[in-house]
Amino acid sequence: MAELLHVYVLPTVIIVAEIIAIIVPLLVAVAYLTYAERKVLALMQLRKGPNVVGWFGLLQPLADGLKLLTKETIIPAGANRVLFVAAPMLTFVLALIAWAVIPIGDGVVLSNINVGILYLFAISSLGVYGIIVAGWASNSKYAFLGALRSAAQMVSYEVSIGFVIITVLVCVGSLNLSDIVRAQAGGWFGIPWLPGWFVFTPLLPMFVIFFISGLAETNRSPFDLVEGESELVGGYFVEYSSMVFALFYLGEYANMILISATTSILFLGGWLPPLNIPPFTWVPGPIWFALKVAFLLFMFLWVRATFPRFRYDQLMRLGWKVFLPFSLLWVVLIAGGLVAFGWLPERPV
Amino acid sequence: MALLDRSARSLLLAEMLSGMSLTFRYMFRPKATLNYPYEKGHLSPRFRGEHALRRYPNGEERCIACKLCEAICPALAITIEAEPRADGSRRTTRYDIDMTKCIYCGFCQEACPVDAIVEGPNFEFAAETREELFYNKEKLLDNGDRWEAELAGNLTADAPYR
Repeated sequence: MAELLHVYVLPTVIIVAEIIAIIVPLLVAVAYLTYAERKVLALMQLRKGPNVVGWFGLLQPLADGLKLLTKETIIPAGANRVLFVAAPMLTFVLALIAWAVIPIGDGVVLSNINVGILYLFAISSLGVYGIIVAGWASNSKYAFLGALRSAAQMVSYEVSIGFVIITVLVCVGSLNLSDIVRAQAGGWFGIPWLPGWFVFTPLLPMFVIFFISGLAETNRSPFDLVEGESELVGGYFVEYSSMVFALFYLGEYANMILISATTSILFLGGWLPPLNIPPFTWVPGPIWFALKVAFLLFMFLWVRATFPRFRYDQLMRLGWKVFLPFSLLWVVLIAGGLVAFGWLPERPV
Repeated sequence: MALLDRSARSLLLAEMLSGMSLTFRYMFRPKATLNYPYEKGHLSPRFRGEHALRRYPNGEERCIACKLCEAICPALAITIEAEPRADGSRRTTRYDIDMTKCIYCGFCQEACPVDAIVEGPNFEFAAETREELFYNKEKLLDNGDRWEAELAGNLTADAPYR
């Protein structure tokens, strides 16, 4: 009996507690990301944004959630009921389970697996299924067209994301996300207190490509022609209402946070402070990580407030004829440089 | 050289960055929003809002049942019935405006020879049922009494331009 408790029950309880400790702040962050998005867009368009519910409108996300919860879930007559309901759940769950491998601080990670980056890449590739299943199950031409666009778009941009990840990996020599962050701890030009983040190295163009591909990967503006309302009404979720619709939304925003977290781990040194000297090193790592993620999310919103939507052929041209050759060239250059100067990383134990 | 210039610009995302710096600067500009129910915008004296039937200062209603407004109304929203009153003057017995038909063109107040039917500055008269928007003479005269100060002010303000 005691064995059962120590071997099975206790570890399960601890893991569940850890999962809750990750998921709950994440969902709060998602809720307030919708608020931040409305506020940032409003400010950039000379509006005030939500300011009625609570102080500065801070309770607006709760009011929105409550509204969606109390609405009726409408399932169209021609829809495939099982898939129609399963698709938003799939999107939402995929956006959450990727967080299992994200290191929030030094050693603060739910599952420190050695193929973390591959796991992330696999999960984000699966994200397209939620959308394509939703588009097909809705039995509506707009939803289906939106889903087709999404599938093509996500597949195109994953290719260059793959090459970007490879460039980072040849500089690190490990697929473990914590090792990727630790590889950026070393100084810059031999000065130990300067940050060795990959964004300050010749990997900078890769950072830009990764960020832009991340916009496309999460179907965010200016690549949001999946839901291009002017031609597709609402894209793949036209037929959705109430909480199943909310799950899509939560999934989309959770994906944004996930891509920002990945970008900050790959290029902005994860939990590392910007300068390795006392006032900065006193702040705990998870706070630096959160600040970097918040900055990248602000970039997402800023880009949305600035650029008009891409046309479909422009999107494909950028993905296949600009990013793909460029990232391929950069992989060759970086890898060649590392080999030529003998800078290939030692394999971390 | 022009080619080099152009490709450098597009590779360094120069136009993108200048666009983003513009939106960033706009973030700190004063906002154009009016906090509507608490703050309201300026209305011109010619603003055409909710209708009202006015009275003379001695309390006599202005409308003489000439039916010019009914005739000119392009939406056929006005219905008038009239007969001589006990003192021999010609007055309406019925003056209805269907506010759901009205297009707020202002022709009725242009047509009126005695400034009886006017469109006032009030635009906040939303109702929960259709029936509440079928205005009768009583409602219109009541509007006239309530808004007389603003209506008279608007008419004098606009008079020099007529």
